[in-house]
Amino acid sequence: MENFVQEDISIRFENITKTFGSVVANEKITFDVYKGEILSLLGENGSGKTTLMNMLSGIYFPDEGQIYVNGKKVTIASPMDAFKLKIGMVHQHFKLIDVFTCLENIVLGIADKEKANKNNARKAVLDICNRYGFEINLDKKVYDLSVSEKQTLEILKTLYREAEILILDEPTAVLTPIEIRKLFSVLANMRKDGKTIIIITHKLNEVMEISDRVAVLRKGQYIDTVRTCYTNEAQLTEMMVGKKIVLDINRTEPKNMEDRLFVKHLSLSNKDGTKVLDDVSFIARSGEILGIAGIAGSGQRELLEAIAGVKPGYKGDVIFNRPKKNLPVSFFHKTYREVVDMAKKGAFHYENGKPVDFTGMSSKKIKELVNAEKIIFNENEIYNLRNLNPRTIRELGVRLSFVPEDRLGMGLVGNMDLIDNMMLRSYRKGKGIIVNRKKPEALAEEIVHELDVVTPDLHTPVRKLSGGNVQKVLVGREISSSPKVLMAAYPVRGLDINSSYLIYNLLDKEKQDGSAVIFVGEDLDVLLALCDRILVMCEGKVSGIVDARKTTKEEVGLLMTKNKEDNIGGEENA
Amino acid sequence: MNFLEILGSSLPSVITLSVVFLFGCIGETISEKAGNLNLGIPGVMCFGVVGGGIGSLIYMNFIYPAMPVTANAFGFVEFISYSLLILLGIVFSFAFGALGGLIYSFLTTTLKANQNVTGLALTTFGAGVGDFFVTLMCRDGGDDLFEVAARIYGTHLTNATLGPAGTTFDNSNWHMGFIASDNPVANIFSQPSLVYICFILAIVVFIVLNKTRIGLSLRAVGENPATADAAGINTDKYKYMATVIGCGIAGVGGLFYNMIRLQGGWNGTSNLQNLGWMVLALVIFTVWNPLVAIVGSLVFAFLYSIPSYINTDMVTNKFLVLIPYIMTVVVLIFTSIFGKKNVLPPGSLGVNYFREER
Repeated sequence: MENFVQEDISIRFENITKTFGSVVANEKITFDVYKGEILSLLGENGSGKTTLMNMLSGIYFPDEGQIYVNGKKVTIASPMDAFKLKIGMVHQHFKLIDVFTCLENIVLGIADKEKANKNNARKAVLDICNRYGFEINLDKKVYDLSVSEKQTLEILKTLYREAEILILDEPTAVLTPIEIRKLFSVLANMRKDGKTIIIITHKLNEVMEISDRVAVLRKGQYIDTVRTCYTNEAQLTEMMVGKKIVLDINRTEPKNMEDRLFVKHLSLSNKDGTKVLDDVSFIARSGEILGIAGIAGSGQRELLEAIAGVKPGYKGDVIFNRPKKNLPVSFFHKTYREVVDMAKKGAFHYENGKPVDFTGMSSKKIKELVNAEKIIFNENEIYNLRNLNPRTIRELGVRLSFVPEDRLGMGLVGNMDLIDNMMLRSYRKGKGIIVNRKKPEALAEEIVHELDVVTPDLHTPVRKLSGGNVQKVLVGREISSSPKVLMAAYPVRGLDINSSYLIYNLLDKEKQDGSAVIFVGEDLDVLLALCDRILVMCEGKVSGIVDARKTTKEEVGLLMTKNKEDNIGGEENA
Repeated sequence: MNFLEILGSSLPSVITLSVVFLFGCIGETISEKAGNLNLGIPGVMCFGVVGGGIGSLIYMNFIYPAMPVTANAFGFVEFISYSLLILLGIVFSFAFGALGGLIYSFLTTTLKANQNVTGLALTTFGAGVGDFFVTLMCRDGGDDLFEVAARIYGTHLTNATLGPAGTTFDNSNWHMGFIASDNPVANIFSQPSLVYICFILAIVVFIVLNKTRIGLSLRAVGENPATADAAGINTDKYKYMATVIGCGIAGVGGLFYNMIRLQGGWNGTSNLQNLGWMVLALVIFTVWNPLVAIVGSLVFAFLYSIPSYINTDMVTNKFLVLIPYIMTVVVLIFTSIFGKKNVLPPGSLGVNYFREER
């Protein structure tokens, strides 16, 4: 098909296909985007939304197919080509240079001398800010910006380049509800100006709220486009996942509750002296899920890291009540001297239940018995985790599964395959100097099977998997170690609905198996449906602990912003 | 001997050495600012020696016979002749250094080979090539020609044009490309023109890197190539440009080393390689800033030269040689702990960029 004339069509995709190795990311995708509309591109993780948009913005080049912009056949071979066509994209992982100022980031890469002049740019950008209601300090360095400021900067960048077609990749993933509302009003303003906006998302409520039409992709294939006013969330979900799914999360009644972890008056300051945690106290119990709610950056991450021993130097105590059940004594957390002393007090028994008496035994014999894991604790053991290093804390059974924005940066090694990544947590277990690859291989296979990880085989480097699949591997590995305390932070961030539910069910299963589960989540609906109790944090403080079965979304939402509003009031008074 | 005397007597050596460092350091800084950790710099400087040698031989064979520079007169003709030699030397040593940079860029930017491996290979390759060709050129009287050329390189214009005729080529006063006079201030300000060229270059490069659009784009490429790419910057072009130009400048450092530091008396690559490795430390020491590099190269050169001017036992001597390296480690520690983000290494230093990688 040659160039065509149809006034209201801004972009036409025609039979676009893109493959990465053996993975087909996009297969024969054909649809139109109209001028002056907000189009949501909806799909689960790995359905090819970002890949398709990357082809429009010149990051990837399609293997097959043709893109038309304003009725003209175009070849977009580089981001420069995309700019010339007035296409701008705000990537999910912001493309900003940390050490540059906002203004430098805006003029970066602009070929036109007049436009690249900083003084001209400053004036023009301030104009844009006034027109759409942005607020930003152009001389700030990017590393000092908050996430929402960075996003604002990204949008300004595209607008300064006079983009008429704006692509936003998961723009709300990192924003607070207030910031999301602000963004949406800006987008509405831009639509009024006649700009075409494409939003990549998998959040249905936002799709319904902001977009005019919704295009749905599933597993790299185009399903359909519908007008938002003629559809509903249930229909979109069905289009997205292909089958009706039950939106109920399993929540079993807690049983065999035992106080497992006592956090007492925990305070932590970061490098520049600001308090990130302020007098946090709570108890986590075995057999229940304790949810942690709060606006991103309220200290959730620091709290978990402090407990896991990754962030030492806090004030207060973290007391771990280690259950007695069949746990052998180990030199990981007790010195030889301590073991002997405790044995004298009758703290241990043998596997067959007989009490341990070391009198008359050589130290070599005692060490052998301990190393053979034959000595078992009589009673619960109390540890103060503040004094222990992360490795010992892990060995005690307190596990942190943190899913950071950069999934590969923490916890997995991108260039190693699945089996090797499993071994990262178990390499100390093998005997002798040769590692045992059998067990990790079995574990990797189990995770791939249980969690539906899409991978060519177990020997594929993890970095080649899509984001969601990487996350399944990460979470799966942590849960597989059957910990006593499992801390999962944002375990479903960026995951599609099916995988999310798999993870929720896994957490619930851990709870039934007697773990104390601490779950940091973003979605309040999920927190309310999954957890037994919810601890709400606000600016490093605990603003409340509520019973998840009785509370409401509004109550938790209020607690999340409680201190903040107090502060604002205080400033006004002063 | 008190400190001032040591300082005075070592100054000529310190300045010539610092210029070798500074050329290398400027070149490597440009390359690293674009994200290319070029460990091939010692080899590249050896390339530069070869290029400088070729340029000098061309001059000695074709221009010098027609326009000789004599000891007792330095007029217009001599000035032209002198300028041509400097020009030929710079052009050829730059070209050969740039050739090394081209090899490096082709391997790392086009073929995405590992930067460290490529750099190390380039260093060994450059050392071998350098030694072979310079030895080849020194055959059949070439070394004599080098020596004459070296003296012309070493002429300093202040004395040649302003001072009394005849002082320029007095052999008894000849010392490391530098006339030792009784006036220490005059000593400092009567250097071969390449010295000034080098210091001015450092300032120019600083301005280009930090105040121009090209510099902004270049630093963006080194900080975060994916971002630069998405902003429409041709990352490959910048990486090529930065590395090729940077290596060219380092190559001129090789010319300076052979012609002024050694006065044309080539003594094998091992010494120059040592200096090349110190350049890599110096870039860290000067926190990727060409202005700091001017001071840093003087400090390094001072610490490197000073042991041979102090009579101490071998152990103390070797310890003194160790100091620059210790200082580099200390600077690294300090910048890592207390450093603002703008004194840290470029964000993607040593990492190749491939747009469609995922």
